[in-house]
Amino acid sequence: MDGVHDMGGTDGFGKVEPEANEPVFHHRWEGRVLAMSRAIGVFRAWTIDTSRYAIELMAPSFYLSRSYYEKWFLRNQNLLIERGLIDADEVAAGRALRPAKNLSRGPFSLADVDKVTRRGSYGRPAPAAAQFKVGDRVRTRNIHPTTHTRLPRYARGRVGVVERLHGAHIFPDSAAAGKGEDPQWLYTVRFDAQELWGPDAEAKLKVSIEAFEPYLERA
Amino acid sequence: MHDAAFLGYISSMAEHDHDHNGGSNLSEMELRVRALETILVDKGYIESAALDRIVELYETKIGPHIGAQVIAKAWSDPGFRHALLEDASKAVAAFAPHVGNVGDHLIAIENTPQVHNMIVCTLCSCYPTDVLGLPPTWYKSFAYRSRAVKQPRAVLADFGVTLPVETEIRVWDSTAETRYLVVPMRPAGTERWGEAQLAKLVTRDSMVGTGLPKKPSEVA
Repeated sequence: MDGVHDMGGTDGFGKVEPEANEPVFHHRWEGRVLAMSRAIGVFRAWTIDTSRYAIELMAPSFYLSRSYYEKWFLRNQNLLIERGLIDADEVAAGRALRPAKNLSRGPFSLADVDKVTRRGSYGRPAPAAAQFKVGDRVRTRNIHPTTHTRLPRYARGRVGVVERLHGAHIFPDSAAAGKGEDPQWLYTVRFDAQELWGPDAEAKLKVSIEAFEPYLERA
Repeated sequence: MHDAAFLGYISSMAEHDHDHNGGSNLSEMELRVRALETILVDKGYIESAALDRIVELYETKIGPHIGAQVIAKAWSDPGFRHALLEDASKAVAAFAPHVGNVGDHLIAIENTPQVHNMIVCTLCSCYPTDVLGLPPTWYKSFAYRSRAVKQPRAVLADFGVTLPVETEIRVWDSTAETRYLVVPMRPAGTERWGEAQLAKLVTRDSMVGTGLPKKPSEVA
């Protein structure tokens, strides 16, 4: 979707302000939100792509004005309700009002921690031969799906060169829509800055994206 | 998907915010997060001790010191450097027991006198957490996400870094599940240094590409 989350190239956000000796979490609750996000993963109620899409669906004013972990918290709470793991009246009450339905496994416990602090694999067997090879010139498609996509706006309809081939991966556009993994070839596609930003682009700059095959056509 | 209910819920939360500011030592967010944790524990989904452990891991065990050791080894051992650039997930997992928790699709890219690499995620916050820990706030900031792909030299200036005009800047937008780790250039004057000493030169930002390694005089 063409949302505010797709920020590449947007002007006006000001300088980057690194914080010296930044703590991992600025508030205790941020750590709890992160930990809950990881823990809930064992119930496989949603995928990483669904969770990104849920944040993209937040109202632009909310997205822009709330902190990172506030958005994560709201995303978690909302998806938990939507998937029926908890109920809205329980959130309002601040406590459980009824037992969990269809609990597929026991509680997330210390023995499960290693499972969720290790990243999963998103690679999948390729459904067909790759259409492009390293060195090919490709053009990204000028597409504007209203649902989740990982093709950023600044890199649509642009000509670049295939630099790396990563095998086939879960296709986020499909997974986030609840249409299954639909594995697709994943490439690193490199663009000259002038192709993306015009004649006033910074000199000696190249930018790459990770592009799924359905985002690309031969140039 | 869940637009209407979701947005309605957001606006009710926003109102909730204004109704209850002040009057408690705990912030509104702390209270909401505690309530959600209570519900999840009471319903049998999670145990709080397991959450404590996850927080502890990210606060004390999974951080940029892992990446720093990887880079120091790459600087010291040409065979490891080659293996790292070939398949970073494999090379890093085999490197030492304390970095055994590395997931798939980690890719190491090397800075050279000709090319300086920088990593960003313009769409969200994708970051090589397995080797660098959780991303700092600036990496997730709108300023970084918006500018890194368009004005990386200006962003580098925000970090106090100026590169020669002839150096090419290469920005990698992490738009998939691949994760990138920058291998910075080994500082001159460290020829006789061992891995442990070299690791002290490797900053988090130098492995994201917004910084350079420390100078030998800074850690001597």
